[in-house]
Amino acid sequence: MRHDAPTDKPTLTEVADQYPEPATTPSRWRANLRSVLKHTGLILFGLTMLYPLLWMLVSSFKPNDLIFREPGLIPSDVTLSNYTDGWTALLHPFDHYLLNSMIIVAGSLIGNLISCSMAAYAFARLQFRGRNLWFAIMLMSIMLPIHVIIVPQYILFSELSWINTFLPLIVPKLLATDAFFIFLMVQFFRGIPSELDEAARIDGCGHGRIYLRIMLPLSVPALATTAIFTFIWTWNDFFSQLVFLTRPDMYTVPVALRTFIDSTGESSWGPLFAMSIVSLLPLFLVFLFGQKYLVKGIATTGIK
Amino acid sequence: MAIVDEFRRVKGTGKAGRSRSAAHRFDGRAAVVFLAPWFLGLAFITVGPMVASAYLSFTDYSLLEPPQWIGLDNYTRMFEDPRLLNALQVTFTYVLVSVPLQLGAALGLALLLDKGLRGLAFYRSVFYLPSLLGGSVAVALLWRQVFGAEGLVNQFLALFGIQGQGWVSHPDYALGTLMILNVWTFGAPMVIFLAGLRQIPQMYYEAASIDGAGRIRKFTAITFPMLTPIIFFNLILQLINAFQTFTQAAVISGGTGGPADSTMVYTLYLYQKGFTALDMGYASAMAWLLLAIVAGMTAINFLASKYWVFYND
Repeated sequence: MRHDAPTDKPTLTEVADQYPEPATTPSRWRANLRSVLKHTGLILFGLTMLYPLLWMLVSSFKPNDLIFREPGLIPSDVTLSNYTDGWTALLHPFDHYLLNSMIIVAGSLIGNLISCSMAAYAFARLQFRGRNLWFAIMLMSIMLPIHVIIVPQYILFSELSWINTFLPLIVPKLLATDAFFIFLMVQFFRGIPSELDEAARIDGCGHGRIYLRIMLPLSVPALATTAIFTFIWTWNDFFSQLVFLTRPDMYTVPVALRTFIDSTGESSWGPLFAMSIVSLLPLFLVFLFGQKYLVKGIATTGIK
Repeated sequence: MAIVDEFRRVKGTGKAGRSRSAAHRFDGRAAVVFLAPWFLGLAFITVGPMVASAYLSFTDYSLLEPPQWIGLDNYTRMFEDPRLLNALQVTFTYVLVSVPLQLGAALGLALLLDKGLRGLAFYRSVFYLPSLLGGSVAVALLWRQVFGAEGLVNQFLALFGIQGQGWVSHPDYALGTLMILNVWTFGAPMVIFLAGLRQIPQMYYEAASIDGAGRIRKFTAITFPMLTPIIFFNLILQLINAFQTFTQAAVISGGTGGPADSTMVYTLYLYQKGFTALDMGYASAMAWLLLAIVAGMTAINFLASKYWVFYND
């Protein structure tokens, strides 16, 4: 997709819609009925899709035994004890894991925003030998499964004594290994008129100043999209955190959640649901406030 | 779409770009500075490990002793390893069943939501939310409860007097629950389809209307052909994603890939071999087979795309 978004000029049919036929004609009536049916269907389908999530939210406030008896959304008994029990059910209180996750998220955010925008500036604006080749390599690295390199990465990081530190999860981001965001920003930078940097260049700006003073301030939407997706991916990441963090005090939220069943038994779904809700809450907030950038980001690059 | 376009662009206009740069200026030194982090990452985090992994795949290595060169043994072992063949079968079944269903749902819903439907933004959010949360451990744990013996599904079935079974603990159904989870996350491709639908010029439909085309004819003659590049893009993206699925299988099966290896997806077996059994040479060989499969599938898709993907340029 390119950035020349569709114009908002009304089309013929939209103009026609503003001058509807009299509502009494049979075809209008049929159209209305069809619209009602369609909305009913969509709402029912949406509700079915979200039902497990809503049920988990409700169940996190139910006493444990009711979770296995009440499939409905209205609880017959409400308690907060799942949250207090769940918070302390593992070796460390849950805020310990939340903090660990947040440290990794913060490091990844800083790393991706700086390193990917720098690389993107080079690909979008600089002329250098082999640019197309490097660009193609960058594109291919997006599709490289992490599983191909995780074993030697593990060996490398254990040689450096980095296992059970956050470094294996943060340092790669400082080195622009999330190439998807380079691509996203290259796309965005290309849409910024090059007359702007030509003018700055004539005024004596070097590339450093053009990057800092012109490109970055004009790229807030792309940076926001990068930040949001970095947050979501890092928060949800399980595989690499599972591999690199094996000591319980270094566990992040997903890794800690997974040990819940092992350490508390299958019966304690209440506290587990409560902590699951806690773990999903930041994602949900990002979803609520970052929707505009989320939808734009997916639409322009197709990231998940 | 985007990335696929880029590959076509790089291939098509490579020479034009070079001649322009020759006539213009060179920013080699600045480029080195701006690309320095990326070059370092490429060397030490991506390409270096790839080379090391290629070497390790020809060795017997357990982290504790230095690697022993064993030639092609790991690769020949793979094709005699029944658990690995099973993992391949499980993964292919998972990918080939759930990805088409997921994309079908995404396309269907996108078509329903298009055309200035009131409340579009609301519906889009509702259907997209599962994509956002679907990769989390929390949702995988929820799935384990929902499809468990006393889970939500069976509680509903009990209302109709049906005694359901433990879906996640039955070898015939456990993989199905993973597929449902993947289909449930159709929101992300749906948003891409919606963006693609908006790019189709409205005048085509107006012209078709004047020519007397009905809904179905408009879909087969305009919407579908115009959308094929995006279907293609979504297909590649989701195939690659689905092949690497790990979290859901690992969490729902409690890390075992059970019952009876029925949810032992490829990456989970790789993880067990590499990081539980510390058979790192074998795991490296497995990683290269995975890369070959993913690359091969992508290549086949690109080749096949000539016959069904329509580029309007």
